[in-house]
Amino acid sequence: MTPTEIKETLDREFPGSVIDNEELAESQIELKPDQWLEIATYLKNDPGLNFDQLECVTGIDTGEDGPLQSRYNFHSMEHRHKIEVVISLDRNNPKVASIEQVWRVGDWFERETYDMFGIIYEGHRDLRRILCPEDWEGWPLRKDYEAQETYHGIVVPKIKEEEWE
Amino acid sequence: MGVLEHKFQDNVVVASMDKLIGWARSTSPWFFQFGLACCAIEMMATAASRHDLMRIGMIPRSSPRQADVMIVAGTVTMKMGLRVKKLYEQMADPKYVISMGSCATSGGPYWQHGYHVLKGVDIVVPVDVYVPGCPPRPEALIEGLLKLQEKIQAERPLTRKSV
Repeated sequence: MTPTEIKETLDREFPGSVIDNEELAESQIELKPDQWLEIATYLKNDPGLNFDQLECVTGIDTGEDGPLQSRYNFHSMEHRHKIEVVISLDRNNPKVASIEQVWRVGDWFERETYDMFGIIYEGHRDLRRILCPEDWEGWPLRKDYEAQETYHGIVVPKIKEEEWE
Repeated sequence: MGVLEHKFQDNVVVASMDKLIGWARSTSPWFFQFGLACCAIEMMATAASRHDLMRIGMIPRSSPRQADVMIVAGTVTMKMGLRVKKLYEQMADPKYVISMGSCATSGGPYWQHGYHVLKGVDIVVPVDVYVPGCPPRPEALIEGLLKLQEKIQAERPLTRKSV
């Protein structure tokens, strides 16, 4: 199926869940967060779609006033088609359903996105930081991130832009 | 050793204890494998057959208890920094540290924007020799190790230091 056909299928099965976003590429689909778990299960189990491989989960910070996005890349081994799902979340309360129990590989992907962007994956059975230490402060890949200057008594002086030049 | 030299039969060596200990320590500094990033590849190459660290008496060890030298080869993150310190504390005296490469020495390419990188391993452990490079070639590392051997040889462990 082409991405447009997949988009039409999703719109038919889950009316109102697909958001039209002109900025996205043809293979990208923006979805509303509320029905995400059902849609994900459908993406995996429907014989016509059969997305058996979750290639990546990552986050995007669209900037100061923009939303945080949780993005998923799916691939079907059988049909050889791919899509990218984009879910925009409120940056003050970024919560979305976890698909860790649909695709098991989502476990670590979601933990990494949680670690870097602070997106809460609801229903994840083990949502801990995966790369940063557990007592790390802040979400490093957010645009408004301020690096902490001490960590367990290790003082790390900040190097300012002027000193560098 | 002046007047005592050549006074005895074969198999008797006259030397000061300081020198003997320095000689023993400097010629077999077993090193603690501490590959943290790409520098580890060069460290492995140094230990492998072409450069053959065994020539200068160095054998890689996997446990801090058996090692004399810790070669910190690679980027030390804040998370790892605490562990580096803990492992250094587990090593038996006398112990030495070599900071290999730009990252371990100063943070390297993460100097400005690496939020998670320790800007130099000397913040958490005392460093004896710094080897510059990104990563240093095996020849550079061997140069650093020879410098360390000189340093160990020059130590006077039994001489009471005047305070």
